[in-house]
Amino acid sequence: MTDTPDHRPPEMQARPSRLRRAWESDFIYSFTRSPVAMVSAFVVVVLVLGAVFAPLIAPYDPFNPASLNLMNGFTPPGTANQFTGDVFVMGSDDQGRDVFSTILYGMRISLFVGFAAVLLAMTIGVTLGLIAAYVGGWVETIIMRIADVQLTFPAILVAMLIFGIAQGITPPEYRDQVAIWVLILAIGLSDWVQFARVVRGATLVEKNREYVQAARLVGRSGNAIMLRHILPNVLNPVLVIATISLALAIIAEATLSFLGVGAPPTKPSLGTLIRIGQEFMFSGEWWILIFPSATLLALALSINLLGDWLRDALNPKLRA
Amino acid sequence: MLAFTIRRVGQSILVLLVTGFVAFSMFTYVGDPIDNMLGQERTQADIERLRDQLGLDQPFFVQYWNFLKEAAQGNFGLSYRQGRPVGEILVERLPATLELAFVSGLMALIGGIGLGIFTAIRKSGALSSSIMALSLIGVSLPTFLIGVLLIYIFAVELGWLPSFGRGQVVDLGFWTTGFLTVSGLKALILPAITLGLYQMTLIMRLVRTEMLEVLRTDYIRFARARGLRERAINFRHALKNTLVPVITVTGLQLGSIIAFAIITETVFQWPGVGLLFINAIQFVDIPVMAAYLMMISVMFVGINLIVDLLYFAIDPRLRVDRSAAKGH
Amino acid sequence: MTDPVLSVQGLTVEIPGRRGILRPVDDVSFDIAAGEILGVVGESGAGKSMTGNAVIGLLDPPARISAGQVMLKGEPIHTTKGDAIRRIRGKRMGMIFQDPLTSLNPLLTIGDQLTETILQHLDVSEPEARRRAMTALDDVGIPAVEDRIDSYPHQFSGGMRQRVVIALALCAEPEVVIADEPTTALDVSVQAQVLALLKRLCREKGLAVMLITHDMGVIAETADRVAVMYAGRMAELGPVRDVVTVAHHPYTAGLMASTPDASRGEARLRQIPGSMPRLGNLPAGCPFHPRCDRVGEKCRHDPRPDLSVDGGRAACWFPLTEKAET
Repeated sequence: MTDTPDHRPPEMQARPSRLRRAWESDFIYSFTRSPVAMVSAFVVVVLVLGAVFAPLIAPYDPFNPASLNLMNGFTPPGTANQFTGDVFVMGSDDQGRDVFSTILYGMRISLFVGFAAVLLAMTIGVTLGLIAAYVGGWVETIIMRIADVQLTFPAILVAMLIFGIAQGITPPEYRDQVAIWVLILAIGLSDWVQFARVVRGATLVEKNREYVQAARLVGRSGNAIMLRHILPNVLNPVLVIATISLALAIIAEATLSFLGVGAPPTKPSLGTLIRIGQEFMFSGEWWILIFPSATLLALALSINLLGDWLRDALNPKLRA
Repeated sequence: MLAFTIRRVGQSILVLLVTGFVAFSMFTYVGDPIDNMLGQERTQADIERLRDQLGLDQPFFVQYWNFLKEAAQGNFGLSYRQGRPVGEILVERLPATLELAFVSGLMALIGGIGLGIFTAIRKSGALSSSIMALSLIGVSLPTFLIGVLLIYIFAVELGWLPSFGRGQVVDLGFWTTGFLTVSGLKALILPAITLGLYQMTLIMRLVRTEMLEVLRTDYIRFARARGLRERAINFRHALKNTLVPVITVTGLQLGSIIAFAIITETVFQWPGVGLLFINAIQFVDIPVMAAYLMMISVMFVGINLIVDLLYFAIDPRLRVDRSAAKGH
Repeated sequence: MTDPVLSVQGLTVEIPGRRGILRPVDDVSFDIAAGEILGVVGESGAGKSMTGNAVIGLLDPPARISAGQVMLKGEPIHTTKGDAIRRIRGKRMGMIFQDPLTSLNPLLTIGDQLTETILQHLDVSEPEARRRAMTALDDVGIPAVEDRIDSYPHQFSGGMRQRVVIALALCAEPEVVIADEPTTALDVSVQAQVLALLKRLCREKGLAVMLITHDMGVIAETADRVAVMYAGRMAELGPVRDVVTVAHHPYTAGLMASTPDASRGEARLRQIPGSMPRLGNLPAGCPFHPRCDRVGEKCRHDPRPDLSVDGGRAACWFPLTEKAET
């Protein structure tokens, strides 16, 4: 090793090179070469920003009764508010709520539930997967058997069941209040298996690599080895699954809410909005249905496409 | 093969025991089991008799065993909401779900395999490219949204097909069918497409990938070098090999059709067990939820077993021939 | 010699690529007569298999025949397409692939695969096709044909499977057989048996056999004449006995020296220095000159030589006309 000593301060040494390395990596290259990935990422960023900054962007606060007037009900898109003269870009619903605003706020709930559920699923899955692979024996058997049994059933069914049980345990007067959290719990618990399986598989491979054996010989404890050495190596597959899970979680949330076993009408998510919109489909107020549907479609499709691309980009072997 | 079958049956029993346990726990600990069994109109004597009969003072595993015995006979107590035996309601609702699942499954299978083969053989054609692009949207579209949009187009705007219900059904005594009337068949179209579309796109993409893989193999090249017709190569040689891995996934997909029917049935107010289940969740009707869970797990386990056996039927490599078993 | 069954003249295969057109087969000519085995030998990537595929019309697009002709009994077939070429494949030209493990369809019995091929090409009834299938299996030395015809490929050993593959290639009684590395994937002990079988069938049925291999030993043992290929071109062509005794092309000599031969009793095998140039990166002049120990100015600058410069024997400006001192 004949590295010439670098006399610059340490924070200046590492940063630029690492940034440049990231920029020049295949990852970024393949991103800039994939129009699908770029358009999807753009759509996702716009929608997420719209949801995050909903209170700033939305012309109305759909949950503030003072701003609503039933006289504004069923205003077609592009028509003005009878009182303020503002235009309802996407029309208004039966209660005079601005559809554009409810979509922004609904997306907040959809995305929050989606992210939180995936985070929960990821935490449970990664933890159990690591434990199963590292401890082995009957602990592993029990964890993986539970995973097998759960995998026999579609995730959406498991989520419905968990939601149903949780509703049964909750006293009726609190049900609407806790519904969002129950939803996160239900979707999160229904989706941990994928993470656990991948992490366990990857860990079993990494576990027998020389560097882990070396770390053991040096006398590191089990936890330190797991966290410092193995976890970084299983992050790529976890990232891919998390992205695809996010799309699935958002769809699951929308489905449950649409079916009336999810977000309550007082805190409508995109699914709840579509459920509401469906009721007015026959009477001709299509905008109450179509705009939330299109938003959900754009969100689910672009996250899915991004996940597809990510899988290919992070795993060159899968690229066919 | 015997060892494999025994292991699979063992796994199936495990799945049933675990779901049975979940159902039992719901039944016993969520809500009041006495309420579960008797409904609202009851006397003190009824309660005493049932408490004794259920053995609620008995050890946990005895209670669990009793629950399984009752469940095996289709006895899940009374629905909170309807006050009728849950088993009876399920049997009454089941034909609607099975007919819907059958038609959608058939559509998914025929459409999925057919389109999968087509897009694999005409790999670079414009038509198959557009089918592939559409299928990506199909995979991303939530089922309920497909249903809602279909209703919007074909029921609301065009007015061609009904938007809800089963239409007119014929009661055969043990079975009610919508297959025998025009309105029944018309009512089936939109729900069947809604339910089958997602599975169809999945099967199609899978068949395509596998088929492309198979078409690259040596034995296909050899078949070509022997001057066999394209049709024989694609359908006799390639298709059979494609189907081996496809069968597992497809079988499981068909199983999940029954579960996904919950969504479609709710969109179309289709009077099957799925709609029953959703209503049960909304009204916290625990006995119905527990019974549905048991019923669907029995179906799933059955389908999985059938898929495994089918696997043996189609792939001779898995059949251990007798000469080899004797230590050939 | 009688008229050749298979005659290949100036055959050239091109693959259009991003960096220009590649020529994996370039101006290759040879004849094969009935009852004769022509060995085609060369390193991997020399264009041997591509030549075989081009002859039988099984090039994978975008590869295509861009020049030259392939004549089967005087009738050109290199332009034949679709159904017409399909009727020639199997019926008049058979092909044997390298790996018997993968060249049989695992889900069909060998009887099914044989009768299917026979029914495709010959106008016979189904029972007759099955009878012929049995004869074909018997011909290639499968024991107890009655018991084994309804077996699946996985129930045979590697050598037996390759016999089945040969039976399949021959069951419609073709005149030409292209055998692409037929013994490479087999155990050494089985290789000799399969080669002997091929040789016997060639003599008995008057087949014209094109035997593609990278193994000079296989050629020496089996072939009547040999064509040596290098970088898509013919390096040398001649009767096996002559070529083995006195190789004219330095590359052939190098190949021979690097083939293990117990009778020579050498302690170490010779190697040809360097490796074959990649197709997109061929040197000017004779493609072998960077590795050749007899290289002269002519080799570097003159247009590449063809067989005619050595009287139809070797494509070399300075052929080794007398036995090279080893």
